[in-house]
Amino acid sequence: MGLELKNLYDDFRDADTIKAYAKIIAADALKLPHPINIMEVCGGHTHTIMKYGILQLLPSNIKFVHGPGCPVCIMPKERIDHAYVLSQQANVILVTLGDMIKVPGSNGSLQDARSKGADVRFVYSPLDCLKIAQENPDKTVIFFAIGFETTTPMTAALLDTVIKKDIKNILLHVNHVTVPEPMRALISDSACIIDAFLGPSHVSVISGSKIYEEFPRDWGKPVVVSGFEPVDVMQSISMIVKQFIENRCELEVEYKRAVTREGNLKAQALNDTYFQKVDFRWRGLGDIPQSGMGLKPEYDRYNAEKIYDAILPKEEINDHKLCICGDILKGKASPPQCSIFGTACKPTSPVGSCMVSSEGACSAYYKYGNLV
Amino acid sequence: MCLSIPSKVVKIDLETNTATVDTMGVQRTAGLDLMEEGTVAIGDYVLLHIGFIMNKIDEEDALESLRVYREILDVMDEQERLAAIEESANCPNGGV
Amino acid sequence: MTKTITLAQGNGGEENNELIKKVFYKAFKNEILERSEDAAVIGNLAMTTDSFTVSPLFFAGADIGKLAVCGTCNDLAMMGAVPKYLTCSVIIEEGFEVESLERIVESMRAELAINGAVVVSGDTKVVPKGSVDKIFINTTGLGEIVQAGISSNNVSEEDVILINRDIGCHGATIFAAREGMEMSSTLKSDCNSLYPQVKALMDGGIKITAMRDATRGGVAAVLNEWARQSNVCIEVEEEKIPVSDEVKGICEMLGFEATALANEGTFVLAIHKDSAAKALEILKSFEVCAMASRVGEVTQKYPQKVILKSPWGTSRFLETPNGELLPRIC
Repeated sequence: MGLELKNLYDDFRDADTIKAYAKIIAADALKLPHPINIMEVCGGHTHTIMKYGILQLLPSNIKFVHGPGCPVCIMPKERIDHAYVLSQQANVILVTLGDMIKVPGSNGSLQDARSKGADVRFVYSPLDCLKIAQENPDKTVIFFAIGFETTTPMTAALLDTVIKKDIKNILLHVNHVTVPEPMRALISDSACIIDAFLGPSHVSVISGSKIYEEFPRDWGKPVVVSGFEPVDVMQSISMIVKQFIENRCELEVEYKRAVTREGNLKAQALNDTYFQKVDFRWRGLGDIPQSGMGLKPEYDRYNAEKIYDAILPKEEINDHKLCICGDILKGKASPPQCSIFGTACKPTSPVGSCMVSSEGACSAYYKYGNLV
Repeated sequence: MCLSIPSKVVKIDLETNTATVDTMGVQRTAGLDLMEEGTVAIGDYVLLHIGFIMNKIDEEDALESLRVYREILDVMDEQERLAAIEESANCPNGGV
Repeated sequence: MTKTITLAQGNGGEENNELIKKVFYKAFKNEILERSEDAAVIGNLAMTTDSFTVSPLFFAGADIGKLAVCGTCNDLAMMGAVPKYLTCSVIIEEGFEVESLERIVESMRAELAINGAVVVSGDTKVVPKGSVDKIFINTTGLGEIVQAGISSNNVSEEDVILINRDIGCHGATIFAAREGMEMSSTLKSDCNSLYPQVKALMDGGIKITAMRDATRGGVAAVLNEWARQSNVCIEVEEEKIPVSDEVKGICEMLGFEATALANEGTFVLAIHKDSAAKALEILKSFEVCAMASRVGEVTQKYPQKVILKSPWGTSRFLETPNGELLPRIC
């Protein structure tokens, strides 16, 4: 039987399969030695879990802790302020991906800057910058790059094109981050309650599943790399439960149709050409060494952070004292436990980062409502 | 993370190093910069992310997953059928 | 509320409602206005107004002219009124091509004929380049109510919810047509005059409790408005909501929900459960309504909320869309 495109959508959202896995998980969960907490690292998984009501299908001894896998949510305020300040410069067009324009910085969000006259645009792809730059030769296009390992090679590809075509009016402000480092930081915390990880789908496509090998091996935490459709997530949860009842601790890949051990080597090579690991301060989690990707010094001439250094704010800004995004990102608390969840902090007026992006845990809970 | 969707390759333009992909009737151009030359062909299923093709979907593995799901459903159907039989066998109102 | 106007406040969603309530309703307080229906009911007349600022002006399935007539006539039809008289007010940017203007006006003429309505008054302004984006049109409509009592405040547990066709086509088409979103598909706007369908329902003896076309804010906005205004819970089966493959494709690509996308020829109905089957039959006699569907029921489970039920037994709330519609990256 041949594979059709429809199969790749419908069959991985099939109601009967989902119900079947719910039964399997419920039966296996009776044999669990203790209740388990699974962290889904990736924002896309939080979105799937909330949208498809996965939590309602699980027995009470399997809980989810929502991880910091939302690149918009973990962006520290001071870096949002960078974007704001850059957008205010004469003859600058500030370009970024989707949700980023809604995050409030100290003076407002990029959306606010736009309503005050700044030229801020969101694009679907970094390549769209090329067209904008071409149509505005007298302006400087600054691409505020965000995202995990999935998105980093696309920024690299943009820079590659900029250099090859000798485009003079595109600069980058890079805010890429990586997944293993915060995972490590979380489980190093003695108060960590995470027993296993649901590994990201598309970070893994680029980086390969090899980046998670240390977690079962050195930390005793099973990892199952999962696809992002509801059947994938249910199958992955089932695989995690089976590991616990069979007393195994392994790295497994559920998302076999897309993830290999090595990943996309060409994308990795592009990353290595232009980026290097840097320390990054994560909103809510604090400083995590070597968890970010920055432009290599030989590409300083494309680095907006270096070029505009004199005007960029340097002070680190802490969140509002009632905001517990930090604890939520660490999995220590859940959104309904926050005193301002749904009242002062809502998608239309987000106080913390978890409410801003549609994959932030708070936004997902708010939107998808928690009928649990 | 990262919204990425399965699409089918319908056209390849070697000059611009891009492909045209189709997602349920919506067609879009996608960059091939992240794929080794010659690895993407018309008819391939690929994953698309922010305007780039980032890998090929392994059809065999996809079909294997679907086979696993079908098996689970068959087993479950069989269990339900047997349970229903048992239930009616134990029914105090039935039998001779 | 923000101190300066934001784009989100024009979106038909939460922020829009907030702006209308806190600025306009506050100043223009009166009973008729506060009913918040698609058109104002004054005796046996219905009156409504709408402005059209769509960009691009010409898109698959329609143009701003057709939209300007459909939008207003549909609001009248949604109150059970026959569209009769329209005004047409335009604000044109200096330098706009007369040929384009003629195309737009011809679209308006054709659509007026379908509705059986006429333009009886108008206004034309020309402003310097840069003051408007090519052309903005306002139409105000007056209609004669044929079936009274249709109101979003009347939805009850006796009613079931129907949708006349597949949703999200207009919003998806506009998004796909915008600059920087180079996509191509057979997708086109559902922009269409609804009076013929409404007339068929009324002629068929269907007593309609409530009707609303799902414009900005989409089906999600309408259902939430009804739930709030009638103080009921609306429970919808997600699988039954009709969505075409192409709209699904755009939604997948950009991370949108079809229920949040705007429509210009799609409406939601609350009909007494006994009349539902006949209503669907009547709707399906129209080619564009091939996917007409009964999608949900009215209960008191969570008053003022809308629930989406998945095919595998889980539920979630469907909220009124908020914020600007932004593609999801993750």
